[in-house]
Amino acid sequence: MPIGESSRQNSIAIRTENLCRHYSMGETVIRAVDGISVQVASGEFVALLGTSGSGKSSLLNLIAGLDRPTAGSVIVQNNDLAKLSREELAKYRLHTVGMVFQSFNLIPSMSLLENVELPLRFAEVDRNKRDGLARQALNRVGLSARSRHRPTELSGGEQQRASLARALINQPQFLLADEPTGNLDSQTGTEIMNFIREFNQGLGMTIIMVTHERALAERYANRMIFLADGKLVGDQSNIVPAGARGVTS
Amino acid sequence: MAELAVRNLRESILRNSLTTVGISVGVASLVAMLSLGIGLQQLAGRRLQKSGLFDTVVVTSRRDLRGFNREQEENGPSPAESPSLTEDARQKIAQLPNVLEAYPDIRFITEVRYEDKPHLTMMAGLPFSAKNNDAFDGMQGTFFSSETATEVILQKSFAAQLLGKTPKAGGEEASVTELAKPLLGKQLTMRYAERTATPEPESKKEAPADSELANSTGAAYSVVSREAALKIVGVCDLDPDSMRGQARARVFLPLKLAQSLHVMQPSDLRDTTNMTNGTPAYTTVEVHVKSPTQVQPVEDAIKKMGFNTFSIVDATRSLRQFFAVLDLFLGIFGSLALAVASIGIINTLVMAILERRREIGIMKAIGASDSDVKGLFFAEAGVMGVFGGFVGVALGWAIGRVINLGTNVYLKRQHFPPEQIWFVPWWLVLGAIGFAIVVSLLSGLYPASRAARLDPVQALRYE
Repeated sequence: MPIGESSRQNSIAIRTENLCRHYSMGETVIRAVDGISVQVASGEFVALLGTSGSGKSSLLNLIAGLDRPTAGSVIVQNNDLAKLSREELAKYRLHTVGMVFQSFNLIPSMSLLENVELPLRFAEVDRNKRDGLARQALNRVGLSARSRHRPTELSGGEQQRASLARALINQPQFLLADEPTGNLDSQTGTEIMNFIREFNQGLGMTIIMVTHERALAERYANRMIFLADGKLVGDQSNIVPAGARGVTS
Repeated sequence: MAELAVRNLRESILRNSLTTVGISVGVASLVAMLSLGIGLQQLAGRRLQKSGLFDTVVVTSRRDLRGFNREQEENGPSPAESPSLTEDARQKIAQLPNVLEAYPDIRFITEVRYEDKPHLTMMAGLPFSAKNNDAFDGMQGTFFSSETATEVILQKSFAAQLLGKTPKAGGEEASVTELAKPLLGKQLTMRYAERTATPEPESKKEAPADSELANSTGAAYSVVSREAALKIVGVCDLDPDSMRGQARARVFLPLKLAQSLHVMQPSDLRDTTNMTNGTPAYTTVEVHVKSPTQVQPVEDAIKKMGFNTFSIVDATRSLRQFFAVLDLFLGIFGSLALAVASIGIINTLVMAILERRREIGIMKAIGASDSDVKGLFFAEAGVMGVFGGFVGVALGWAIGRVINLGTNVYLKRQHFPPEQIWFVPWWLVLGAIGFAIVVSLLSGLYPASRAARLDPVQALRYE
């Protein structure tokens, strides 16, 4: 299947050019992202690796359109995110990217169904269509029985599955995951990673995943980008071992 | 968005309820204050309207030389050339547009005997239409049975006089009920001077033909002393004749009866020199107009006929002004409470932003735009406003009702009839709800834009 993968890796989906994100803390300037130029092809499964503080989450936030670069540009489908208005950036986050976080980030006051439905509300999808789409998405991650439950009533793995369903609801091209298994034990972590790989291989989504576990990256990603002190220090393609599939279930 | 807002409000139900209660209290005080103001205004208006002060024009002849203001006398024809208030003139006035009725004012000082004791008093004819005058609201007995019934209604003070019960200084007045009991159905004997036509004296026929006197021969009359028995049918508490001041009557008889008795009127003597025919002239004609707004044109029309007029419309203008100012002040005080409530909304929503930082961050991360977040907080403020407005109007209505009830209990103790001093018009209900929503939305402006500006990366960073 790496062969099938390579056929999809032709077009460039995301390109950063000398991307910088500096924070000033009083007198000192923290260079979270410091001149990164990288290209991600459509359909790739990229792992961003590095120690904490290496700038991998900051880079992900810039690609997700949650943050704006201090300098440089993020070009997604020939649009420079730095030049989009706040409103356009929100539309980009809504339709083009889906996000998954280490701490799940479900809204505790809402049921799973409502959480998953939320992006549809922002996308102004018809009320009567929303419910069906949300149920369908929950069904895909095996949570249809839990749709009326609140996030706190579920295990970590279930919460992360719900947030995956939410990330997929608007059918984005990119899934950006920030340490998606960081709060999970290895068993449920594997479960989540299998879902993500399925989105990559089955739905053809481009995945960028931040992680500090090299083993995880080696097992699932087909490219590993290494960051240190906000700089790109390594970029290697990775032949995903066929055996990884066998680990599933 | 409103749906989402309602469910968010339900999440911290206590705090949001308290804020909503704050708005309600503000709206309630506004509604209660204004409804009392409007109620009082209507009460005063109703009283004045019923008392006939608003829609009455008093017409007098210029010949009386006692016009109500100098301007009229200076601008009009000279008194000597102006017409008398004859029956013809009265009929003409009655036919003017917007005039309901025009009736002569017949009043005379006379002697009445009750149980063989004489009493001197002012009597006045009362038109049948006065039945609705609110002076008769607390009346004991009944109104006249017909327009020519030989019946009288006594004013309370005269009833007391007949019974020899003069109120002690500082002491409590006897109640109408007490006074009416021994008097109703009893007879009064009235002595009066009747004016009867006399045959033309021979000498007049020989008078010079060119003088005015030749035309005024009909003015001759003789005066005969008469007696009439009248039945007491009612004793009224209030004074139906209060507008008259010094000349106000204490005993009332049906106007048609009074006219048929041909009692000598003070003006008769003066008009003797000017009579053009046998019909008598009236001192005063009272004109009832359809509505207070028609008073001015009717007054102008009557002035054109050469009479003096007087109405109280000018006095009511300042009364209305007074109530407008009163309403304004009551409204301002009511709004103050609403202003305090709006600070409550701002506080609640700003607190909600701090509490829901993360939630806002999540929403932005999954694609909510600034306007989505702003709209959500705005909707929350609006929903609190709607609820607060409705509850507040209900509360204000209840407060007004309680005040009304309390006032009536007090009035009853003071032997006054109950009054509606509180009134909630539709425009106040809708206006108060609308005002609550507008105030809430304005209060939501700042928190909403603050929430919208929140940086999602910052909001999601702290865990």
